[in-house]
Amino acid sequence: MKRVVITGAGTINALAHDVAGTLAAFREGRCGITELDIRDKDRLSIQIGGQVHNWDPEAHFNRQQIVLYDKFTQFTLLAAREAVAQSGLTFAGSLGLEAGVILGTAGGGVNTWDENYRVVYEEGKNRVHPFVVPKLMNNAAASHVSMEFQLRGPSFTVATACASSNHAMGQAFQMVRSGMARAMLTGGSEAMLCFGGIKAWEGLRVMSKDACRPFSLNRNGMVQGEGAAIFVFEEYEHARARGAEILAEVIGFAMTSDASDIVMPSKLGAARAIEGALRDARVNPDAVGYINAHGTGTAANDKTECAAVADVFGHHADRLMISSTKSMHGHLIGGTGAVELLACILALREGVIAPTIGYEEPDPECALDVVPNVARQARVDVVLSNAFAFGGLNAVLALRRV
Amino acid sequence: MAQSVQDKVIAIIAEQAVLEPSDVKMDATLEELGIDSLGLVESIFAIEEAFDISVPFNANDPEASGFDISSVRAIVAAVEGLVAQQAA
Repeated sequence: MKRVVITGAGTINALAHDVAGTLAAFREGRCGITELDIRDKDRLSIQIGGQVHNWDPEAHFNRQQIVLYDKFTQFTLLAAREAVAQSGLTFAGSLGLEAGVILGTAGGGVNTWDENYRVVYEEGKNRVHPFVVPKLMNNAAASHVSMEFQLRGPSFTVATACASSNHAMGQAFQMVRSGMARAMLTGGSEAMLCFGGIKAWEGLRVMSKDACRPFSLNRNGMVQGEGAAIFVFEEYEHARARGAEILAEVIGFAMTSDASDIVMPSKLGAARAIEGALRDARVNPDAVGYINAHGTGTAANDKTECAAVADVFGHHADRLMISSTKSMHGHLIGGTGAVELLACILALREGVIAPTIGYEEPDPECALDVVPNVARQARVDVVLSNAFAFGGLNAVLALRRV
Repeated sequence: MAQSVQDKVIAIIAEQAVLEPSDVKMDATLEELGIDSLGLVESIFAIEEAFDISVPFNANDPEASGFDISSVRAIVAAVEGLVAQQAA
């Protein structure tokens, strides 16, 4: 079994268009959730989101690229460029034959669906742009990343709703660990903040109209976000031989299925995923200093997640820290685990625990140290990142300081 | 008019619970009728469509929504209130 390390990171999300800005926002406990700026907002009951503002695709892509890239692909490519640049790797040679890309997204090209449904249904046109299918397909982002960086190994896209990115990164981890690939680009993206994308979520009635307040007694639901985060996972000896800067080591991964309900989470399924990740990483529960929570800010998730953590960690649950950065960047659905992995890296590398902002009232059913409102300085050696999706599909990653 | 709101609401709840409307008693809770959280959200959607109203309901905290769902009677009363507001 090979060791797997992270040697590059990139992102764009509501907090910033890069990693440095996002980490700064985590340190400051800054909120990126704002009034939405989208077409037909007046017909939505939800008016806020973790939207990427000042997005200028022309600054990054030429006209031929823009007609082929849905926003979720654009976000992905921008984040991938940052990650690859930081890693210092080039894949054009033989390394590209042993490297691939596995990404998570729940909706893929939602804006492309939305815009083209308008064209045929609302405007009554009988013709759409020829690139609609290659733009909207869920694997478009992974394929464009493979083309831009000449990644010619195993590449695909995972769609497991809110756990998509964690499932994707878990696959990439296993491929490098097993020796199937030497380096993998992995992470995820989502660009669902358009009329249809928000209208669909409104229907479930789990959305907050004012803020995402995970674990706070007065929380009233989730807030959608958008963006991407991409990482370079690399075999440790390969990274060390070339003197690469190592951001963190990925040491474990587990996935479970609740097999019980299409929307309600299960404590048992979540707990089994957490336990599985610890077992896979061969670390004791009391080694874990920080958990980046799924922490959506819904009553169902937050209570279940805290109960699962309490079950797995016992007394140590009261000593570890657990925070939800969705309070700052919103819920990026299929891309969320990737952006949240940045908070794990921040904790391991800089000893800064990103806070759960918007926290106002303790909830006896979420009685853990949720790092309320203000970032905290603390040295941690092992961290977890939780993702628990609709459909009962759970994926937990374990990382270690290097 | 009041009777017809009640009948329509009961018909919607009965369909969700897979019961005959005559088996949906006014004092019953949704839980007693076997309607879970997803069934509740679907029932509220059906009520909004049937009466062309907007029901203030957040599944995270039903009690704080200002729409009483504690029993069939309470739901009927709440819908009657919303329909009356609509007409006013």
